[in-house]
Amino acid sequence: MSLAHRIIPCLDTDGARVVKGVNFVGLRDAGDPVALAARYNAEGADELVVLDIAASRDRRPTFLETIRRVAAELAIPLTAGGGIRTMEDARVVVRAGADKVTVNTAAVQRPELISELSREFGAQAVVLAIDAKRDDANHHWQVRIRGGHDATDLDAVEWAKRGVAAGAGEILLTSVDRDGTQRGFDVPLTAAIANAVNVPVIASGGAKLPEHFAEIFRDGNADAALAASIFHDNIQSIRDLKTFLAAESIEVRLSC
Amino acid sequence: MRTTVTLIDYGVGNVTSVERALHKLGAEATRANTAQQIDEASALILPGVGHFAALIRALDERDLRASLLTALERGVPFLGICLGLQALYDSSDEAPELAGLALFHQRVCALPANVKLPHMGWNQLRRAASSRLLQGIAADAHFYFAHSYAACVADHDSDTVATCSHGSEFVAVIEHENVHAVQFHPEKSGQPGAQLLANFLRIAKAAS
Repeated sequence: MSLAHRIIPCLDTDGARVVKGVNFVGLRDAGDPVALAARYNAEGADELVVLDIAASRDRRPTFLETIRRVAAELAIPLTAGGGIRTMEDARVVVRAGADKVTVNTAAVQRPELISELSREFGAQAVVLAIDAKRDDANHHWQVRIRGGHDATDLDAVEWAKRGVAAGAGEILLTSVDRDGTQRGFDVPLTAAIANAVNVPVIASGGAKLPEHFAEIFRDGNADAALAASIFHDNIQSIRDLKTFLAAESIEVRLSC
Repeated sequence: MRTTVTLIDYGVGNVTSVERALHKLGAEATRANTAQQIDEASALILPGVGHFAALIRALDERDLRASLLTALERGVPFLGICLGLQALYDSSDEAPELAGLALFHQRVCALPANVKLPHMGWNQLRRAASSRLLQGIAADAHFYFAHSYAACVADHDSDTVATCSHGSEFVAVIEHENVHAVQFHPEKSGQPGAQLLANFLRIAKAAS
């Protein structure tokens, strides 16, 4: 009897529709977020993440409506983010039905945002999203912002520690190197962060096979694992994935 | 007649998801933030998420404490969720200067730092006594937790009907006459969570 490892499908949206594509290039429609949310809720997803990857001001009302309609389908927690820059941005997302909010670029630019959010909503509602890329020259992982586009001078492990000290209750860690490759999660990166902080870490980027999930829980010390297209495209069913993990003696929630 | 549940809405916490879960079960839910509304309630739910101080201050600023305690004494079926459980104790280490509702006398303390905090995700319960809320729910069912503080388990405590463990054992479900509370979020806990809320609605209906 212990805390189950979570499987989290992620819906990257342009506000209204789920989209696929790397770095806003070659986006293609991958479905209706409400229909996908209902499906994942029924298939045993432990949580759902909905991101507004366009994060443009004029599409914001559409994204909020998407959160409302997605939340109405769920009997599991909902995390929402993308483009949250101010307290008011976070408030409307929570009011629309999100249990947690993710912050990324805006937190790098103004780290106090993390503490402000944590004071108002509690640490359990504040997810610090970190996009990290291997920097071989300097033997570390560098924090990237603006959807993985822009380099910063932050070290990912140090930034994770600072974010947690400021009040983040969870880290959503995406490997820029692995994202979209389907070669498996970034085990060394995830282990480095998970061993450096005392909050749950969600691993993201690179998942395809059930073995990738087993590996990231066992060797990467991840508390949860997130994936998008392998679930949307029916490459991997959540139920089969969890049955596989249970057979590998990894604690998961089987019934839902 | 449909059961009407009064949800105490003090401006923080995710009241909407509890409300939605009740609607799906065919119950009516009304939101209350005045003493008079609590006085008139036939069943009460106190949802909560976030900081202990935010909940206790909100109850006191809105003058809800006395009405709530009177309602509980009067036998109104009550369900506390997450912070709504912690508020029933004397005090919490999260805000030691504030007095809780003091229906139960254990302390709410921080979970130990040798495990990842918050305790976030799906965990199972250890049943300590027969429970009305957990009736018909599989013994190995998972419930969704999101908290860093919890009520310590005391010896000879017959009101705690289920515990959970994360670093240390803590109170997960408490039942005493009309007063029920859970540390997890039934409104976010899939089918077992819906069953628990349905059980509470049945208790509320039987009392009315």
